[in-house]
Amino acid sequence: MKPEIEQPGKFPFTRGIHATMYRGKLWTMRQYAGFGTAKETNKRYRYLLGQGQTGLSMAFDLPTQIGYDSDDSMALGEVGRVGVAISSLADMEQVFTGIPLDKVSTSMTINATAGILLALYLAVAEKQNVPWSKVSGTVQNDILKEYIARGTYIFPPKPSLRLIADIVEFCAKEVPGWNTISVGGYHMREAGCTAAQEIAFTLADGITYVQTCVERGLNVDDFAPRLAFFFNCHSNFFEEIAKFRAARRLWAHIMRDRFGAKNERSMMLRFHTQTAGSTLTAQQPDNNVVRTTLEALAAVLGGTQSLHTNAKDEAIALPTEESALLALRTQQIIAYESGVTAEPDPLGGSPYIESLTDQLAQQAREYLNKIDNLGGMLKAIESGYVYKEIYHAAYEHQKAVERKEKIIVGVNECVSDKKLKIQMQKIDPQLEPRRRHDLAALRKKRNAAKVTRCLATLEKAAQGTENLMPIIVDCVRNYVTVGEICKVLRGTFGEHRANHSI
Amino acid sequence: MSRPIKVLIAKAGLDGHERGALVVAMGLRDAGMEVVYTGIRNTPEQIVAAAIHEDVDVIGLSSLSGGHMAQFTRVMDLLKKEQIKGVLVFAGGIIPDDDVKKLKKLGIKEVFGPGSTIASIAEFITKSRR
Repeated sequence: MKPEIEQPGKFPFTRGIHATMYRGKLWTMRQYAGFGTAKETNKRYRYLLGQGQTGLSMAFDLPTQIGYDSDDSMALGEVGRVGVAISSLADMEQVFTGIPLDKVSTSMTINATAGILLALYLAVAEKQNVPWSKVSGTVQNDILKEYIARGTYIFPPKPSLRLIADIVEFCAKEVPGWNTISVGGYHMREAGCTAAQEIAFTLADGITYVQTCVERGLNVDDFAPRLAFFFNCHSNFFEEIAKFRAARRLWAHIMRDRFGAKNERSMMLRFHTQTAGSTLTAQQPDNNVVRTTLEALAAVLGGTQSLHTNAKDEAIALPTEESALLALRTQQIIAYESGVTAEPDPLGGSPYIESLTDQLAQQAREYLNKIDNLGGMLKAIESGYVYKEIYHAAYEHQKAVERKEKIIVGVNECVSDKKLKIQMQKIDPQLEPRRRHDLAALRKKRNAAKVTRCLATLEKAAQGTENLMPIIVDCVRNYVTVGEICKVLRGTFGEHRANHSI
Repeated sequence: MSRPIKVLIAKAGLDGHERGALVVAMGLRDAGMEVVYTGIRNTPEQIVAAAIHEDVDVIGLSSLSGGHMAQFTRVMDLLKKEQIKGVLVFAGGIIPDDDVKKLKKLGIKEVFGPGSTIASIAEFITKSRR
């Protein structure tokens, strides 16, 4: 046992970052959504907001995430698939038609092109006459885990870290309500890592970002309160609750002891949680509602600040409107009916939870030491260490499932032959040609001289060291596209090529 | 002794979900096959070029982003154009039933969805190659 009992809202925040927790304010219900065109996505967002969702979470298609316009040959087959296709300000304006940006907070899952999408959001705010001081939201802006697990990197690590620091610095001055980095463990967990590895690799990424910004000359307490985290909530109920508690404890110590933060807000690990997509099964999809409920409950008992609950059909396709609504209702039932919100960290003090928390913190600390000994997270990633750790864990999991050491209901036990036909969200195959046509029209309509001038300014600035954000904002205001901006930056920074082998 | 079956596991398009591809690659390797993994983000052209260069017996295509119809169709067209015969092609990922039918018509022999075992994939390859 600890020498003294920890308290919610007190350093090291193991028991939560607020003394009153959900008695004061419920978590933000933030369902990740976006698909097809800006128009369809706008419709889904207005629907979700109308159903009591309290924040938006924007999914972009892969071309947008990797810096290709919808009409680029690299975008073949991917336009509008895993999220909405955004190539220019015209698309972004359409997504937020009828959604006042001073009334919602928007989280964007965007990394390599985070600066550009943030610029687009700010340009929409200008058009709505909403001052930047009144907009709030998050860009994921966490490139390191992209090299490890998620794969939407563009540039090599060094210029990527510069772009991240540019965003942090720019927002500290211009957009104070913006969360500049959401350091993610979610995707590494989905890729197969363990709970302890999820904590360690996520915090190691966080350390690298803080270090980068400190080296830029920023004062740690000026930006650290705007850093947030993003965790997975997997199927092992108590282990997951302990994971959130351990992560908070470790981060508080890292910020105070390693970086000398003075402001308690810099030490508080605030996080978004998504239930684990990889635990959903294509077999007997209704079972996924139960899985998601348990995972969501663990996230709430672990003290999450916002939550996405997965829809039951996500092992098969994007969620339909109906399944997306059931997913939202799942967390609303936990929030409004279950009573678990009455007490902060209600499991704190339980010998089992406390010892699990200590164990996970210890295991994560060992990984963090190992990463320090490898020369830091960037070196650990470049050497292939992190990648291998994750995929070996994934392989061990698969073998355990095939040997039935791990049971997955409906997959390797409790199997039924009855095949449920489920309704599927489909993407219009005519979307890609239509997007090509629309973009051609946009390129004809806009002021070509301005576009050329903007891109020349961007190229010159990219070769130097000044903050690129104001220049990128100027580009998007003039309808320069995501692909055009990235083409210039690719030319200056080069492209990252992964060198992974099994 | 005959040489081991040589398999190319390939990620098509911009999709970065490689857990399934990697686990299958590791599993087939441990089942005694020779496995080449392309890594993420390959165009159909790159996949077919790798298959020719590595002289593989089997190609396993993976996609979880919904781009499979456009990308896998292009891979199959290119294999035909390059007159590559006798290479077994299978696929895996998040692929709806309706598309599975269409992919099989293109000559993709089997599609393994979520929950498939390495053992079933290895058995399928061994049987098909016999």
